[in-house]
Amino acid sequence: MYKILEKQVFSPIIKLMVIEAPKVAKKCQPGQFVILRTHEEGERIPLTIADFDREKGTITIVFQEVGKTTRRLGRLEAGDCLRDFVGPLGTPSHIENFGTVICVGGGVGVAPVFPIARALKEAGNHVIGIMGARTKELIFWEEKMREACSELFVTTDDGSYVRKGFVTDVLKDVIEERGKEQIALVLAIGPQPMMRACCNLTREYGLKTIVSLNSLMVDGTGMCGCCRVTVGGQTRFVCVDGPEFDGHQVDFAELARRNAFFLEEEKLSLERYQSSGGCSCGCGCGGGQ
Amino acid sequence: MAELQEPKKKKEIIPKKHPMPAQDPAARVKNFDEVALGYDEETAVAEANRCLQCKKEPCRQGCPVEVEIPAFIKLIAERDFAGAIKKIKEKNALPAVCGRVCPQENQCEKYCTLGKKNEPVAIGRLERFCADWELAQGVFPQEVAPPTGFKVAVVGSGPGGLTCAADLAKLGHQVTIFEALHVPGGVLMYGIPEFRLPKRVVQAEIENLKKLGVNIEVNSVVGKFATIDELMNEEGFAAVYIGTGAGLPYFMNIPGENSCGVYSANEFLTRTNLMKAYLFPEWDTPIKIGKKVAVLGGGNVAMDAARTALRLGAEESWIVYRRSKNELPARHEEVENAIEEGVKFAFLTSPTRILADENGKVKAMECLKYELGEPDASGRRSPVPIPGSEFIMEVDTVVVAIGQGPNPLVPRTTKGLDVTKKGNIVADPATGATSKPGVFAGGDVVTGAATVILAMGAGRVAAKSIHQYLMAKKGES
Ligand SMILES: Cc1cc2nc3c(=O)[nH]c(=O)nc-3n(C[C@H](O)[C@H](O)[C@H](O)COP(=O)(O)OP(=O)(O)OC[C@H]3O[C@@H](n4cnc5c(N)ncnc54)[C@H](O)[C@@H]3O)c2cc1C
Ligand SMILES: Cc1cc2nc3c(=O)[nH]c(=O)nc-3n(C[C@H](O)[C@H](O)[C@H](O)COP(=O)(O)OP(=O)(O)OC[C@H]3O[C@@H](n4cnc5c(N)ncnc54)[C@H](O)[C@@H]3O)c2cc1C
Ligand code: SF4
Ligand code: SF4
Ligand code: FES
Repeated sequence: MYKILEKQVFSPIIKLMVIEAPKVAKKCQPGQFVILRTHEEGERIPLTIADFDREKGTITIVFQEVGKTTRRLGRLEAGDCLRDFVGPLGTPSHIENFGTVICVGGGVGVAPVFPIARALKEAGNHVIGIMGARTKELIFWEEKMREACSELFVTTDDGSYVRKGFVTDVLKDVIEERGKEQIALVLAIGPQPMMRACCNLTREYGLKTIVSLNSLMVDGTGMCGCCRVTVGGQTRFVCVDGPEFDGHQVDFAELARRNAFFLEEEKLSLERYQSSGGCSCGCGCGGGQ
Repeated sequence: MAELQEPKKKKEIIPKKHPMPAQDPAARVKNFDEVALGYDEETAVAEANRCLQCKKEPCRQGCPVEVEIPAFIKLIAERDFAGAIKKIKEKNALPAVCGRVCPQENQCEKYCTLGKKNEPVAIGRLERFCADWELAQGVFPQEVAPPTGFKVAVVGSGPGGLTCAADLAKLGHQVTIFEALHVPGGVLMYGIPEFRLPKRVVQAEIENLKKLGVNIEVNSVVGKFATIDELMNEEGFAAVYIGTGAGLPYFMNIPGENSCGVYSANEFLTRTNLMKAYLFPEWDTPIKIGKKVAVLGGGNVAMDAARTALRLGAEESWIVYRRSKNELPARHEEVENAIEEGVKFAFLTSPTRILADENGKVKAMECLKYELGEPDASGRRSPVPIPGSEFIMEVDTVVVAIGQGPNPLVPRTTKGLDVTKKGNIVADPATGATSKPGVFAGGDVVTGAATVILAMGAGRVAAKSIHQYLMAKKGES
């Protein structure tokens, strides 16, 4: 069992948890992820490692409640335990001194961007951070990002905080202002439409762009092929070959179709969970046990 | 009759095996309960009495772990079931599993004297009977040697890893199994379906192992949380056994294969068995099945997938296979079971591409007809495509069951470990030793996808040489 040591509620649907997982914390690198299960009948879901503390043996996850498993997770409190927690999975981010790197985090994607930005800065890069959310209340980790980056831009879709506009608007401004020759690499993590939009933009400038893909997964170790995605015309497994890929090569349309395959079942699962008072074990524990 | 013809006291020969009681096909395709129900005591004793107790024990040479077959069968005939299971367990750590899934017709029963003119003794069914009898009684404790002080790591908890761990624990070594998934058992848990091998049987066998003092760490992917070198140099493991299996799914590499509704057999079976998608929505992991399912391939894995598809509610489940019925690599019994349950076969057929609708969902396969040509390297007649024979087969779901390779994770992260061109770990069949000192390997990761009992045999061989290796080490220090 893996204990939840700390919980922070960033917004009603975005939460942070610090999990006791020394084995994962010992070896994990920026860009890697874990797979967890909340309870015996639960699904295995992947979440990126947003931060880690090797000494304390902890892993930080930040998640957005979108369906049954993430909602159930969101109901757990410090002191509760997760059934399973395996990692670190996936190939770590490629970290070296590239020069100037732009790191874009959209929505909950800010969390996975953070450790990568920090590592890039430590490696000597000039890191320009861009973070955005739909609205002010969904912004989190602004201070942490400011520390991890050399400079940081913040934006909200509705203009309720700092400036109005999408992360792509800011990205475009930064590229135009600095000149594309000055920028070695762009990293974009967030919802698929956002990553796709970033790639469409950077393609015009010929700027290499790394994205972190959120495919469906089962085992996360290369055994099932559920996570396969077409990159540069070739089938790759996100869980072992990724999750990071050259965004200009990714077939986003295929990825979106594959991720939508179980929509009906996910909906049914969620409705069932909610109609049972948020707890599917039927014991009245409120989803906690 | 025999007695009349030959005055010397010779046993009456019952030509056929006592039939295995089984769930009716019409009922069983609607549930995931075990198909074969097992012998009761009377049937087991009667079947045991068919055995001729041959002096030369030909049946034993067919068993990769050399179970003392006549001896345990004699004990059954004498109604000493406790003695019989003890006898089996001297050689076979997982009899409840092997009795169910061993391809006996190619192994022990193939060499049975009775089988020359009649049906062989139902050795597998008798083995299963003993194991089930013991499980029902509560398992007897086994003897463990005093601690040697050595720590051994076993990577992967398939049948090979479990056997190796059991043997080493009995010899007094402190064994830790590292398993990537959240339950131990390997293919026995995620691959072979519940209706052929109930998961409670596997878990009961694993409980026995824990009683021997084996420590099992699930959620532990070796090569990720620690490499083999780190286990040996930092965590104090004096030797390592690698039994990571053949888990990497092969695809056809045809257009449309990433459409929604195309699963690898591994994904299809893992969702169903390990994640219990057949209990969705009580269990959270879903599976989509549609009306018509095509399973590509002709081995045990394909049969399991096709039979699983029917149980998940498919109206039609097809095996699409490049060769003909004679070349099907699956166990004969499983093919028969599949036919009984209504699985259909499209022989001499292979898809050339998968067609999807506007949402990317599978709607059909374009297939080519084949004919059989000259025998190939494997001795089977090789399939030759017939030009211009393309036709369209409408399907909702495609399961690709054309084989698995070794997962490259461990070899890639272990310095000095030799692998073959296909990525299998090179290990000496007589000892399990790899190119790296202190590191042993066996099972599917060495041989390529094979059988439960071969993996167990390899685990046993490796345990023996690991013991020798450690004892030699002790002598040195
Ligand atoms: C490598 C990797 C890292 C991830 N890291 C994070 C993270 O740090 N924080 C976070 O909040 N989420 C992350 N995700 C996404 C997360 O795994 C899914 O949100 C989660 O599995 C949804 O489970 P659920 O049962 O709550 O929802 P479901 O009921 O499974 O799905 C509900 C809705 O979410 C969509 N969805 C399901 N799975 C995914 C997915 N993998 N990606 C995008 N949409 C999905 C469905 O289409 C559906 O609309 C990551 C995914 C991957 C593959
Ligand atoms: C669907 C199906 C049906 C079959 N039917 C039969 C049958 O009827 N009869 C028969 O004899 N054989 C059958 N087989 C074959 C048989 O199951 C295998 O030959 C046997 O299980 C191989 O055993 P193993 O110990 O080598 O490894 P496996 O059973 O493959 O187990 C390997 C284990 O290692 C774990 N692992 C992998 N990598 C790592 C890592 N890096 N770190 C930690 N753990 C890791 C895996 O998660 C897995 O649990 C079938 C196989 C399948 C897939
Ligand atoms: S282990 Fe398999 S091959 Fe050996 S006797 Fe038992 S059923 Fe036969
Ligand atoms: S060969 Fe057949 S009859 Fe002879 S001892 Fe073995 S099981 Fe009995
Ligand atoms: S999730 Fe199974 S192979 Fe990637």
